[in-house]
Amino acid sequence: MSLEAHIPALPVIVPLLAAPIAAYLRPRHLAWAAATLASIASFAIAVLLALATRDGSIHRYAMGGWPAPFGIELAIDSLGALVLLIITGASTLAIIAGRETIERDIEPHRQPLFYAAWLMVVAGLAGIAITGDAFNVFVFMEISSLATYVVIAAGSDRQALTAVFKYLIMGTIGATFYLIGVGFVYMMTGTLNFADMQARLADIPYVAPVHLAAAFIIVGLALKAAVFPLHAWLPNAYAHAPHAVTAFIAACSTKVTILVLLRFDFVVFMGNIAEHATQFALFVMPLALLGILFGSGVAIFETNVKRLLGYSSIAQLGYILLGASFVDRAGLLASVLHIFNHALAKGALFLAIVALGHHLTRFEIRDLHGIGRRMPWTLGAFSIAALSLVGVPGTAGFISKWYLIVAAFGQGSLGLVLVGVIVASSLMAVVYLWRILEPAWFAAADPVAAGAADDKRVGEAPVGVLAVVLLAAALNVWFGLVPAFPLELAGHAADELLRHVP
Amino acid sequence: MSVATAVWIPLAGALLIALTGRWPNVRETITILTAITLAAFVYSVGVEVTAGGRPTAMLGELLPGVSIGFKVEPLGLMFGTIASGLWIVASLYSIGYMRGNKEHHQTRFYVCFAIAIAAALGIAFSANLLTLFLFYEILTISTYPLVAHKGDAKTIAAARVYLGILLATSIGLFLPAIIWTYHAAGTLDFVQGGILAGAVSGPALGFLLALYVFGVGKAAVMPVHRWLPAAMVAPTPVSALLHAVAVVKAGVFTIVKVIVYTFGIDHLFAEPSSAWLTYAAAFTIIAASIVALRQTNLKRMLAYSTIGQLSYVVLAAAILKPLSEIGAAVHIVAHAFGKITLFFAAGAIYTASKKTELHELAGIARRMPWTMTAFTIGALSMIGVPPTAGFVSKWYILAGAFQSDNYFAIFTIIVSTVLNAAYFLPVIFLAWLQPEQTPQKKDHGEAPLFIVVALTTTALLTLGLFFFNQPLIDLEAQVVGRGER
Repeated sequence: MSLEAHIPALPVIVPLLAAPIAAYLRPRHLAWAAATLASIASFAIAVLLALATRDGSIHRYAMGGWPAPFGIELAIDSLGALVLLIITGASTLAIIAGRETIERDIEPHRQPLFYAAWLMVVAGLAGIAITGDAFNVFVFMEISSLATYVVIAAGSDRQALTAVFKYLIMGTIGATFYLIGVGFVYMMTGTLNFADMQARLADIPYVAPVHLAAAFIIVGLALKAAVFPLHAWLPNAYAHAPHAVTAFIAACSTKVTILVLLRFDFVVFMGNIAEHATQFALFVMPLALLGILFGSGVAIFETNVKRLLGYSSIAQLGYILLGASFVDRAGLLASVLHIFNHALAKGALFLAIVALGHHLTRFEIRDLHGIGRRMPWTLGAFSIAALSLVGVPGTAGFISKWYLIVAAFGQGSLGLVLVGVIVASSLMAVVYLWRILEPAWFAAADPVAAGAADDKRVGEAPVGVLAVVLLAAALNVWFGLVPAFPLELAGHAADELLRHVP
Repeated sequence: MSVATAVWIPLAGALLIALTGRWPNVRETITILTAITLAAFVYSVGVEVTAGGRPTAMLGELLPGVSIGFKVEPLGLMFGTIASGLWIVASLYSIGYMRGNKEHHQTRFYVCFAIAIAAALGIAFSANLLTLFLFYEILTISTYPLVAHKGDAKTIAAARVYLGILLATSIGLFLPAIIWTYHAAGTLDFVQGGILAGAVSGPALGFLLALYVFGVGKAAVMPVHRWLPAAMVAPTPVSALLHAVAVVKAGVFTIVKVIVYTFGIDHLFAEPSSAWLTYAAAFTIIAASIVALRQTNLKRMLAYSTIGQLSYVVLAAAILKPLSEIGAAVHIVAHAFGKITLFFAAGAIYTASKKTELHELAGIARRMPWTMTAFTIGALSMIGVPPTAGFVSKWYILAGAFQSDNYFAIFTIIVSTVLNAAYFLPVIFLAWLQPEQTPQKKDHGEAPLFIVVALTTTALLTLGLFFFNQPLIDLEAQVVGRGER
């Protein structure tokens, strides 16, 4: 086989091989360089794959030459490619922007290990996105989760330890539930390959274990994806992780789990369990709506900026699930598109936090007072990303919100209620973001806020960091005006997911 | 040249202004030159549209069947002409005002002003609702720094009201209305006769109309009018921008445009569920006039007068007869000329004498005869007395109301005319005929030359529109698809 034929495996292989190398590289800057290079390489491959799946094709790769369903198969479709793009893109931007803050917050001798763990996260998440094997998902989930716990707890913030312990417990329960569910399906079908499961379940006369499997898998994945009310681990994990880590995982980690949830439910269960579409809608839609309202509502009263954005993520995940719960093309398209656009917006917001982190040690809202005068470009980028999160036209967030509302109108009279919730939540987003932005632009620096470092005349973040932040903000505008690329991928992803739905 | 140039010119101007911020003379020369270039370009577009052309420029498809694009028709041409033409005058005035009052952050001011003009042109020339909405939001956001210009706590609180109401209504009501329209009609293009006939009817149509009317917060139909008095904290040139050049005009323009090109006046007229709009507009006209009557601050009085005048346009559009639609369009122009004159005068008074309250104006006409003459002309136009522009538009609105036997609208206009006279005439009387209070805060004469030139120009425009309105009427008659008057 030529090298080209192996490209589908590379998004996992490259970071996985680079990780041990980074762990042993000294001095630590070399480890950073290796991790960055691996991340950039993965991103380049992800771009190639995304372009290749643009026509809706699926690229399959048999690991070790063992054909499916016996061996592990990678199957890269538009959905996988889109999420892969988010993972590698977020990793690349965050690791470039985060170098100085990581250097400051993590002890020097631990940094190579930190970068190794970072690459393991990339490898694990990428693996989940592109594998076609249910057990393989679990393996990659464990790889990424364990590595995620490490990178979250790596900073100097001691509270990260309790946050990550909570995450570890919840994450392990989620993964275990998922494994139990996969076990049931394996028991009934004798296969672990998604496509094969889908084909074989049709012949199973006794469906009770499959129902049980569906329940375990949905709940387990909902836990890992921080779906309301299983979100409790998320806000603190975001708040206490090193800024660069937050920027990375906030953009992609929960979305990868959503991808598995969509795959399992739409590919495997919808065609094989009678009325599963209704079950899915009845289970997911209320949680999505509650999540939207709860996340936005709590964010309005939250005073820590990072935790506030965490709660906002819970609401945004609600949008993604809401679209999926319609079980039609319009809804799924909106849902997948929002996976991409929310990653753009939230990634840019947290990247701006990385830049602000050069001068701020705490992120209470009052610590940001008056920061716009000292870091106008960073706060400008933050503001653009905030507009995207709200869904103001001209930004990426507007496009997915548009599709979501159009899809909601297609739900008949229920649609009006759904539109009301979406609109109300958008307005709540205006409120919670404005609470940050107005004092940040206009208020005088708070003398009590210790983090503000008033004595030193601080200015903008370093040029390299600023460039990344501005690029992220510019992407929000670019994909708000030229949305064709993510739209095509989302359209194919929706078609592919619906292919097995009766 | 593509009509999109109308948006690029002020944006390029904004960039140049930002780059030359260090040198005020260069910066302000560029502002004026950009404004003149834009007006010349809009004039060239206007020649084509008057001849029956509909210049079009599509920038790219954003959603299936909906592009970001421009298509100039008479209504948009009218709004574009006012915005670009008054930008020249407003820039002259700004130079006098900002220098005279030694305002800070002048570069930011001119940059945001230019972006706001670009947004106004985008709204005016938009080919569909989505493009309009895009520029509508840009207009809101770009005017926020202008309203919050002073930067103290009180200003920021008021600017928060401004931004909050405009964003909340646009995202909460206007956007869902647009998406509903898209879902129902499958298109968002502005089409002669509307796109909703056969797609939405019955009570739902009235509800959709409500989403539009209250969603377009810039039109300030009560109860979404509060942002306008709140925005009075802004410097006077900004008030002129808000009240005459761009912002509120964008609001009523959007409503007229939606009624004519999205709903279609015949479709709406046949639907009883749309009748509420007449009453809402009438209520706003009367209530705003009564509130204006009680104001003691000149700019606040003018702000409430604007709210009332805007609802004239909405009322005219809601009469749903061709003549009244023409009246709505003409009233946008007439009010723009009259109100910008009034605000320029208020700013001139402030710049020369630091006076802001009505009672302080006693006898001021003797010190500032040019300013007060212009003020008087503007006030007469608000009341609708010939020979001013306000008379022409009222004439057409009333003609439309008689056409449809809408006696409620006629009654409203009569009552409001009386009320307008009741709050404007005492000010004129006070300024011209009362003796000055002693001692004066400050010994002063006329305002700076730039300001006087600007307000004299707009006062002359107010008079001129009374005598030379035929081209405008003919142009707007194309909107309702008929050549006769």
